[in-house]
Amino acid sequence: MSDALTSLLAQRDWLLTDGATGTNLFNMGLEAGEAPELWNVDRPDAIRALYRGSVDAGSDLFLTNTFGGNASRLALHQASDRVEELNRAGAALAREVADASGREVVVAGSIGPTGEIMAPMGSLTREAAADLFEAQAEGLREGGVDILWVETLSAGEELEAAAEAIRRTGMPWCVTMSFDTAGRTMMGLTGSDLVRLVTALPHPPIAFGANCGVGASDLLRTVLGIAAQGPELPIIAKGNAGIPKFVEGHIHYNGTPELMADYARLARDCGARIIGGCCGTTPEHLVAMRRALETHEPGPKPGLDEIVERLGAFSSLSDGGEGAPERRPRRRRRG
Amino acid sequence: MADQEDDIVLAELPDEELIPQMHDDLYDGLKDEVEEGVYILLDRGWAPYKVLTEALVAGMKVVGDDFRDGILFVPEVLLAANAMKGGMNILKPLLAETGAPRMGRMVIGTVKGDIHDIGQNLVTMMMEGAGFEVMNIGINNPVEKYIEALQSFEADILGMSALLTTTMPYMKVVIDTMKESGIRDNYIVLVGGAPLNEEFGRAIGADAYCRDAAVAVETAKSLIARRHNQATAG
Repeated sequence: MSDALTSLLAQRDWLLTDGATGTNLFNMGLEAGEAPELWNVDRPDAIRALYRGSVDAGSDLFLTNTFGGNASRLALHQASDRVEELNRAGAALAREVADASGREVVVAGSIGPTGEIMAPMGSLTREAAADLFEAQAEGLREGGVDILWVETLSAGEELEAAAEAIRRTGMPWCVTMSFDTAGRTMMGLTGSDLVRLVTALPHPPIAFGANCGVGASDLLRTVLGIAAQGPELPIIAKGNAGIPKFVEGHIHYNGTPELMADYARLARDCGARIIGGCCGTTPEHLVAMRRALETHEPGPKPGLDEIVERLGAFSSLSDGGEGAPERRPRRRRRG
Repeated sequence: MADQEDDIVLAELPDEELIPQMHDDLYDGLKDEVEEGVYILLDRGWAPYKVLTEALVAGMKVVGDDFRDGILFVPEVLLAANAMKGGMNILKPLLAETGAPRMGRMVIGTVKGDIHDIGQNLVTMMMEGAGFEVMNIGINNPVEKYIEALQSFEADILGMSALLTTTMPYMKVVIDTMKESGIRDNYIVLVGGAPLNEEFGRAIGADAYCRDAAVAVETAKSLIARRHNQATAG
């Protein structure tokens, strides 16, 4: 039995995902510090409008408003007992919008990180993390998502815990990590590390890649690094629309629709098949990206210079792999 | 390939070799070894403050530099900070007795709606390593909690952290509230977190944006020094 994403991938060379969730909800009046997931129940019309924004702009796949919908994150808002309810509600609204679109649109249930540090460095065990993720996944399944979409991870242990949780549900899934620290994830993983991690999983994802991070340029450098490993699974590129700025009381990303359109073309040339935006990416950006992808003849892989020239400078010297600075020599070595 | 397992016996090293060895052990996050080194130096008659600055703070400076330069990442820094904490716990009561110089006092916390405290915990440890006193008020702080802590702790510095684009605007709410209550200028306000940048820090009215824990320490030191200078000049 094939899932909705696999069947779309079989028909098409590339797919366009959605853009931002947080940025777009702010534009609808979400207050800083509020839990976006509560709107799945309190402001369903706003969430429908969020989803429709992506679908009407031409997204083939969009994520549910459930990024922070695990018990650990919801505890901040005294809502840790509402995991199932909030995820189901966010997914059901998405199902409704996708089904009304009159075309094939994949509903992907967003699962973000727990926000905790994994053991042994921190206190969250792999088993406890897997239970958190599984509870969220079940809520999303009940709401009718086609696939699960684990995103913005930085720790390998957390990725493995999510993979284990999803294996237990048997659902198809995708996963992306955020490479925001000198080309690596906060926990120090490179794109090549991600390839190794994903390849070793007993219940592998349909596709994997990078999201969020610093800017569109950095994200594509990571995608190039992933593609260079020659993975068999399709690669996902979901980059931010530039860098956040604070303009007249709200957050504004400096990436224009034209820049994101060019990012989409380059993402395709870098080897990504599932392309979209992250923070700062509005429906207006998505329309430009869709148009760009529809008219783009894939070219050779761009060099790093070309990415810089077209999208702007990188935030660090390397992608954390080859050419990255090394640790200093020490007198004794352990491990 | 030069990792011959020569067992190093810390107690046999002269001071000038023990100190760099302790820096290495901090770098590698070897808590037991760091604690042992602290005891050895104290036994040799080192003043607690000298142990703190020359062995621990100088060692953490290296860790901070390599973190800033993308050589070390969060897991390594957490291990190093944990090792430093081991050493600090030995020194803390002794420092209180001997009256070590005070750098300044800081309240730090993650803003309302945000659960991510990795960054601020690093800042806390590095600031303590540099001799500051820090009150870490944890995650998910509304403006009232920040202000209450600043006043009760008699802080000089407010540090705010956010990892999410959905929570970073709350920093402005805190600063605006401080302005309205007329207490903004009583404090140095530092902000940090992955989605932030310098321009954002300026736009919301912070004194500085600090891109990582090492920069936070340097910025705090220089702003505190500037404050002292202004106070003396005035």
